[in-house]
Amino acid sequence: MTAPALRTDELGKRYGANWALRNCTFEIAVGSVAALVGPNGAGKTTLLQLVVGLIRPSTGNAHALGHSVRRELRELLPKVGFVAQEHPLHRGFTISEMLEYGRKLNPTWDATAAAARIERLDLPLNAKVGKLSGGQQAQVALTLALAKRPQLLLLDEPVASLDPLARREFLGTVLEAVSETGLTVLLSSHIVADLERVCDHLVILSQSRTLLAAPIDEILATHRLLTGPRADAAALARMQHVVAAAHTERQSSVLVRADRHVYDSRWTAHDVDLEEVVLAYLGHGRGGFVERQAHVEAVAR
Amino acid sequence: MIEFHLETRSGVPTYLQLVHQVRQAIQLGILQPGDRLPTVKDVVARLAINPNTVLRAYRELDHEGLTEGRRGVGTFVATDVLSAAPADVEAHRAALKAWADGARAAGLGEETMAALFADVIGPQTMSRVA
Repeated sequence: MTAPALRTDELGKRYGANWALRNCTFEIAVGSVAALVGPNGAGKTTLLQLVVGLIRPSTGNAHALGHSVRRELRELLPKVGFVAQEHPLHRGFTISEMLEYGRKLNPTWDATAAAARIERLDLPLNAKVGKLSGGQQAQVALTLALAKRPQLLLLDEPVASLDPLARREFLGTVLEAVSETGLTVLLSSHIVADLERVCDHLVILSQSRTLLAAPIDEILATHRLLTGPRADAAALARMQHVVAAAHTERQSSVLVRADRHVYDSRWTAHDVDLEEVVLAYLGHGRGGFVERQAHVEAVAR
Repeated sequence: MIEFHLETRSGVPTYLQLVHQVRQAIQLGILQPGDRLPTVKDVVARLAINPNTVLRAYRELDHEGLTEGRRGVGTFVATDVLSAAPADVEAHRAALKAWADGARAAGLGEETMAALFADVIGPQTMSRVA
């Protein structure tokens, strides 16, 4: 097993009395496309900014591409691409000025690939960046990040402001780069749709905490929605890893994480999609999940 | 060349949708032995799906003997695949349609017909046709 592309250990960031991120521990394998999901304010941007050294950790550490973000930023940063939320570009620059600027700042700059990508996007090199559509600006920001030939690409809410077509084109470009170079991607998003197709790893953050971090295949294989006659609290407590439960007069629906078949015959098990799992963890399940009971440990029978 | 398309809401895993589409294209003669499948990079860029999904589909097709991956060159429809000539397929479709018309006239519902069809061709043959 090779070293992970990104590993965080008890990573935390505190501002005064408030934790923006707390006890965050997970790993992402090389070549993976990982999604960081959670509501606004969950700590997604904080996590990404910690990894690229824009802010310093209060607790713990992270290692990206084998380099400690506390001690080895100088070695790490040339290998990392980062596109911040607002696709920061110099609006008064033309696209070719933007590319020239990138070339001067980055020793590993791939000018040929950058020019080819701009041409494929059908963007005129002398166009002012500020005049481009949101989708085009996002593509230019991505082109700049990829031209650096990063081994790790961090994208903060890259598609939040894009329409569905621009979103698909943007993600298509990211994934094409992954298949060409084997780079690792971590992208934050509060839009859950599409992620099942795009990503192979998921990290769920909520209120500064990591609720789940695992490969998506594994998440789908181990989560089930159980429906059955209305269960009382005691019955739920006997079940393993209840993520969320919802009740009507006569029926209960329970989303569980189970590594084995532990269900008894009163329950019918259904497969779930990624969106249902994410919503259940975040506590807004479709079935009206209200009382979120993350990781309720099984009580000995 | 085959163009993949995805049904997001079908509930069928993405890699299986790709496998089905290649298998069907071979059965219908749209893909012939020796034809090349789109590169992983092309599929990924066009559909915006994870590269591993395409690799998994192509591995599955290789495993079923429908395609042959040649390292560094691409993935090709296997030369020993028996592709039904389109004319043949049309004849069988006509025969099947005649059967369906008869069944419907006899009062069989769609579900019953589908169940009969599945029962007759059986799971074993399903994965081996092509």
